Amino acid sequence: MVTLQDYAESMHIAWCPGCGNFGILQAFRKAMVELHLEPNRILLVSGIGQAPKLPHYTHGNVLNGLHGRAIPEASGAKLANLELTVIVIDGDGGAYGEGLNHTLAAIRRNIRMTYMVHNNQVYGLTKGQASPTSDLGFVTKTTPMGAGQPLNPLALALASDVSFLARGFAGDIDHLSSILQMAITHQGFALVDILQPCVSFNRVNTFQWYRKRVYKLDEDKSYDPTDKMKAFAKVQEWPDRIPIGLIYRQERPVYEEQFHALKELPLVKQKLDPLDFEAHLDEFM
Amino acid sequence: MATDFNFLAGGEAGQGIQSVGMILAKSLLYGGYHIFADQDYESRVRGGHNFFRVRASDREVLALSEDLDLLIALNRETIDLHKSKLKPDGMIIHDREQTQFEDHCNACLDVPLNRLAMQAAQNRLMVNTVAVGAALGLIEYKSAFLESALKKAFAKAGDKIVADNIRAALAGFDFARQHPSGQQLKPIDGAPRRMLLNGNESLSVGMLAGGCKFVAGYPMTPSSSILEYIADKSTRCNVVMVHVEDEIAAINMAIGASYAGVRSMVATSGGGFALMVEGLALAGMTETPVVIVLGQRPGPATGLPTRTEQGELWFTLHAGHGEFPRAVLAPATVAEAFVIAVKALNLAEKYQTPVLILTDHHLASSYNTVPKFDLKQVKIERGALLSDEEVSRLTDYRRHQVTDSGISPRALPSQGMALVVTDSDEHDEAGHIIEDAATRILMNEKRLRKLRGLQAEISAPMIKRMPKAELNLIGWGSSYGAIHEAIELLHKEGIAANHIHLSEIWPFPTEAVTRALNNKAKSIVIESNATAQMAILIRRETGIKVSGNILRYDGRPISPKYIIDNLKKEVS
Repeated sequence: MVTLQDYAESMHIAWCPGCGNFGILQAFRKAMVELHLEPNRILLVSGIGQAPKLPHYTHGNVLNGLHGRAIPEASGAKLANLELTVIVIDGDGGAYGEGLNHTLAAIRRNIRMTYMVHNNQVYGLTKGQASPTSDLGFVTKTTPMGAGQPLNPLALALASDVSFLARGFAGDIDHLSSILQMAITHQGFALVDILQPCVSFNRVNTFQWYRKRVYKLDEDKSYDPTDKMKAFAKVQEWPDRIPIGLIYRQERPVYEEQFHALKELPLVKQKLDPLDFEAHLDEFM
Repeated sequence: MATDFNFLAGGEAGQGIQSVGMILAKSLLYGGYHIFADQDYESRVRGGHNFFRVRASDREVLALSEDLDLLIALNRETIDLHKSKLKPDGMIIHDREQTQFEDHCNACLDVPLNRLAMQAAQNRLMVNTVAVGAALGLIEYKSAFLESALKKAFAKAGDKIVADNIRAALAGFDFARQHPSGQQLKPIDGAPRRMLLNGNESLSVGMLAGGCKFVAGYPMTPSSSILEYIADKSTRCNVVMVHVEDEIAAINMAIGASYAGVRSMVATSGGGFALMVEGLALAGMTETPVVIVLGQRPGPATGLPTRTEQGELWFTLHAGHGEFPRAVLAPATVAEAFVIAVKALNLAEKYQTPVLILTDHHLASSYNTVPKFDLKQVKIERGALLSDEEVSRLTDYRRHQVTDSGISPRALPSQGMALVVTDSDEHDEAGHIIEDAATRILMNEKRLRKLRGLQAEISAPMIKRMPKAELNLIGWGSSYGAIHEAIELLHKEGIAANHIHLSEIWPFPTEAVTRALNNKAKSIVIESNATAQMAILIRRETGIKVSGNILRYDGRPISPKYIIDNLKKEVS
């Protein structure tokens, strides 16, 4: 029996009071409990930023790696041990800036894992510089003339044929938790972009700002999350109305299934015996 | 009288020069010869000038000889470029229709390569096979070995291709037999069966036999063939090879896989390694084993992509932000690449830290005969990795537990109930992020303490002393064979030299090198770079200033002749 206690705080939390990350952490804990996942079965991989501190504030196996490199670190770990439930926690800087190439490669590769991107449209850890998703004209210390055209990561993910795409909101914990559960049980790579108000450095995209704009796709019975063109239309909606929920899902071949080496036992459980190579030496003779 | 016969096959990229070289080398291997072979090619797929040199000897050979016995010229340029290297009785095989080469020397055999290829196999592409046959016919070699080599080389292509190639080769062979050169190369009876492979293959075999289960890489000369070899073996050897988006992903994936518990490796060249450097420090900080193969080529930047250099010694010693332990190994020969690969995997796991293998294009792509690898000698040492039973007894597991050796017991995620936590930030023993000074000092010292154990694992340099030596010739990595042979040649001229060779470079074997150089002989460091990196490292670590350097930085491999010619300049 997994309880919220299993995912209790493991150390003092260093986020600002009122930070959107608290809601995301709660949604994460709730998802773990509802999926009956014990902490020793999960691997939390994170990069650098405020969001990537999340693994330290709960329980699980943790690889808190480099800024923008969480995805390859997680991919290697997953391929080494397919029995791990791998969840990657990153910010918009890591996922859409420093690590964008890895994000796109991961979408294409389609290894089973969940990518939680806490998207607060600003760099919190380094104290308030523009991010790839900052609004056009967003003035910060590094962009005194205003930030340039923002990236639309959801449209980019769709264009790369993502197998699972959803958007959550840190201010709606139950809804976010249900999205995370869908993502974690999805057979393939799942990208969950999470709208996360930053109370210290983003005075525009606040909880109130989002509450006025977000609406749930799952309440619209006519929306079909397997229709890619409709999904494309949905991810263009910003900022007047912002859809949250499951945006797109498709079945695509999973990367790890192509490897003969992964068919029976996870790599980590395979015996190492140098003599197994003996037959191959004849090729050189 | 020792037999030592040198072939050079040359032509344009796309003419199948590599195939000529390999079939020639394999045919000679089957006849009991020791082989050293290398290839010289340009960074292009068609055109230009490529050549493949094959040296056959009845003694062990570890280097090239620049004096040629037989030139196989698939185009005119090959003759023009290499004719001057022919020995006085050296021979040329060419198709005059193709080369328009009108030198009617006795040693030139005009073989209608094109016509014979068409007659024998109705395939113009088999000109190269006809040429190999002619070369071996000219020296009255045994055609059965040529047939065996062709069967092995084309087995995967199907029976028809094998049969066509054999017909084409025999057409060349028979043609040349009718024009005997007077020179003969007879198979050596009773020679043991040996393996013929290049440095990258040897390294890859060491990795696979040594239990490497995960490889991630992005192609880059000269290391692409490691990735390709392992990918080719992935199904039968149960290994995962991922062709990734960039080298940054490669090393981070390998670190992720290793964190989860499998032996992992990346292979690249200098430019790719430059991108991996951030990940190198991550492996140092998170105490995650990883093996990095850096096949050097001339830099800076893209440099000379298909040529050789030893210009990245300092780069590998100093790469990475911050301070952390590492080992740097540089195999000296094709045979040693296998041994070093296994050692690297073991050291990485025992010391939970990155290990670099520094090779270069010359070693990576040169073929050499070696005794069959004895896989029983391969010992897989996983260091402080805990068994399932030990993990089940853990109560308060701390991944980065402080110990005297600096090495922490290593549990794996989901191996038991223990949670495995690590961080690129400075962390406490449990792996959680910290800021306080006391923990920082404790953890920094813990990691660096691993260097003590690592130092004891490093083998002393290979030292071959000569009585009354006037010279200490010092080398590292792939120049071993050339220095070894140069010393033999010098000995014939009455000059005695010691050979001191480093293939395990870091932690630096200070005591052993100091002792080796503590004699009256003049010390000269021989290396393929322009700034004498090893000579300066020796001075830094031992205080000894060597008397001279022989450097080569034109992208070509150091040869015995190059050493002797430059030594004469250095001494005079």
